[in-house]
Amino acid sequence: MTKNILLVGVGGQGTILAAKILTLGLMEAGYDVKMSEIHGMSQRGGAVSSHVRYGAKVYSPVIERGSADVLVSFEQMEALRWLDYMRPDSTAVVNSQSINPVPVLVGKALYSDKILDEICAKVRATVLDATAEALALGNARALNILLVGAAAKIMKLDDIDWNGILAKNVKPAFVEINQKAFARGQELVTA
Amino acid sequence: MKILMTGDEAIARGAFEAGVAFASAYPGTPSTEILENVANYKEIVSEWAPNEKVALEAAAGASIGGARALACMKHVGVNVAADPLFTFSYTGVRGGMVLVSADEPGMHSSQNEQDNRWYAISAKLPMFEPSDSQECIDMLQEAFDMSETYDTPVLFRITTRIAHSKSIVETSERKDVPIKDYVKEVHKYVAVPALAAKRRIVVEKRMNDLKEYSEKSAFNRIEKGAGRIGVIVSGMCYNYAKEVFGDDATYLKLGFTNPLPGNMLAEFYKLVDTVYIIEENDPYIQQWVERLGYKCIGKPVIPPFGEMTPDVLRMAIHGKGLDVVDYDASLVVPRPPVLCAGCPHRGFFYELSKKKDTIIAGDIGCYTLGFAEPFNGMDYVVCMGAAFSSGHGTQKALTAAGKSTRVVGVMGDSTFFHMGINGLIEVLYNNSKTICCILDNRTTGMTGHQEHPGTGLDINRNPVHEISIEETARALGAKNVAVIDPNNIKEVRAALNEAYAKDEPSVIITRWPCVLKHMNDNDYEEFGQDLFRKKYTVDESLCITCKACIRVGCPAISIHPERNKSTIDPAQCVGCSVCAQVCPKNAIVRAEENR
Ligand SMILES: Cc1ncc(C[n+]2csc(CCOP(=O)(O)OP(=O)(O)O)c2C)c(N)n1
Repeated sequence: MTKNILLVGVGGQGTILAAKILTLGLMEAGYDVKMSEIHGMSQRGGAVSSHVRYGAKVYSPVIERGSADVLVSFEQMEALRWLDYMRPDSTAVVNSQSINPVPVLVGKALYSDKILDEICAKVRATVLDATAEALALGNARALNILLVGAAAKIMKLDDIDWNGILAKNVKPAFVEINQKAFARGQELVTA
Repeated sequence: MKILMTGDEAIARGAFEAGVAFASAYPGTPSTEILENVANYKEIVSEWAPNEKVALEAAAGASIGGARALACMKHVGVNVAADPLFTFSYTGVRGGMVLVSADEPGMHSSQNEQDNRWYAISAKLPMFEPSDSQECIDMLQEAFDMSETYDTPVLFRITTRIAHSKSIVETSERKDVPIKDYVKEVHKYVAVPALAAKRRIVVEKRMNDLKEYSEKSAFNRIEKGAGRIGVIVSGMCYNYAKEVFGDDATYLKLGFTNPLPGNMLAEFYKLVDTVYIIEENDPYIQQWVERLGYKCIGKPVIPPFGEMTPDVLRMAIHGKGLDVVDYDASLVVPRPPVLCAGCPHRGFFYELSKKKDTIIAGDIGCYTLGFAEPFNGMDYVVCMGAAFSSGHGTQKALTAAGKSTRVVGVMGDSTFFHMGINGLIEVLYNNSKTICCILDNRTTGMTGHQEHPGTGLDINRNPVHEISIEETARALGAKNVAVIDPNNIKEVRAALNEAYAKDEPSVIITRWPCVLKHMNDNDYEEFGQDLFRKKYTVDESLCITCKACIRVGCPAISIHPERNKSTIDPAQCVGCSVCAQVCPKNAIVRAEENR
């Protein structure tokens, strides 16, 4: 069976690197892998998504609504926006950070404080402050790899040499912090 | 070696392996990354052209010169390049020549959703449609061989999901394809009526010969399933159909789609009872199948517009999708794209949008976002390079109607070199008074920061001749040319006022770099060593919460929910100071000064 990991967030949050690390790990583990992203307009602070699919043989690079095995959201409202992409019995990992969309910034809409409640009422969710966790490790930008660690744990992708993959694919100065972030992400899911 | 590649990367790899020696393109989502990746191969001369017509002509010329050549563009770019394309189809090639057209079903970053497969028919070109990255590489090898064997340019049609999805590919070595010796062949390459009329007959024969190829091509095949349901697909839709119809259905998978294989279709129909045709955009294959007298289910059961995804397909075929979580969607606020914090377009639009009795003719680039809240600063946008020319037409119409309304055309620097320069010539030649504004942010912003003729760098960031927009405008004879700093709103206002006061055309060039662009030494020299390193902050004791700063629409500024004062996110602010200039109480100050 093909498995689906959906990563969502706001342009600039590092979803692209997160998806890249995941796909490289999965490929090394021998899976067929496909990944899809939309570039362009959406990068200017818009909503972004990366679809990662793996299995014996993968056809569509796009995840179908109702079939994500894990939803990894880098921002709380984005998790809600994509909730219908989840298989109803699957798990969401949600970074509790909120980033105001322009309608909120200019006072034309409200950023509701009920979003996390709504998510937790509708699906099984692990909510974590990935930004603060990454900052505690030394660099807030490592939040993306922390979330990859959480996703890998949920998908039971334990036999993959994630540390090796990070070592090969992030800048040397950031290898250690990202390895720590990955491990911390795994811990946070078990906790 | 096995690696993960997007379709764009795979096409670049395919071009390398096929021995391509020259490649030219103009950026455009989702095709941009093809040439960006081709440029990584030293063996290939890679160039950004000022527009798609020039890119195709350069590639055609390289082919006539004996080299294998590649041109890449987004779907609407092929419209720009259509003139040379249709006649190059008659002359044929010497070195193989392939044109990649990247179509955009779903219009993620485009102004229309045209289906460029029709170009293959009307320009009489063979066409490939890969369904994943491996096929991008494999079909490109075949496309170049075919181009030389059948003496024809080849259309290579991809869509957004092919371009931007990764799948695993197996790469090979580069083929050694020497550049052929030049031979003068006037009968073939000089398209005067008497000669072109003879080529016209050759083209007809070529397309006829290709019918035979299509029947035998390894890229057209029947995949037999156990059931009696048949599915006809090309490109990415093959994958979506596999998800929804599974392995039980029998597939006619078409990778070579002009001309289409009629005998294979007849074989396929013997194997199945019910046939679905799954294609994005237009009923291109469907019309062919129906013309041959077969029954099929296609459009409008399959939606004729929008992107085809597995969800859309499942809905269309089964009437319902998978089970989904139901949630309160009213809590979700749209997240439209915005001008970045520090975007130099902001200060310009802040002033322009205050102008009364004005029509703003827009164009395509990041600055198109000036149409939206909070500026609402654009009346129309059609295609790249249309701001000055369409603005000119509107100005003439309004003037003829006795109206005093002024028309302001707005375009970016890359857009100016693309086609906009022709609009400026139109304005100057036809005695217009259209105000022509060029927002020079020193890069092609929207598509991800490509160099262009005005940046002084080539695709590999080597220094090259830099064409000055200001000198170009003056050389064309523009009398009123101002170069201003868009972050200085008084300067913007003064330039606009001066232009409005004149009954003749003015050219206003704003000059400040895009905050996301790759800065170079020249940028720091011209715009200051502290470029984008300043920060502003709100002195809350002075802030009266009038929200004037909010109306500059900067994602770094908001009203603090608890303190009810304006607040600036220091992580986002890069110190453009536009908000500080609009604050009536001078409550927004340099961060250091507030300490
Ligand atoms: C014919 C055509 N080619 C390419 C594109 C893709 N495209 C959209 S905006 C843009 C670049 C605009 O750059 P510039 O004028 O410098 O404005 P900026 O985005 O930097 O503000 C391009 C290439 C298009 N829409 N139409």
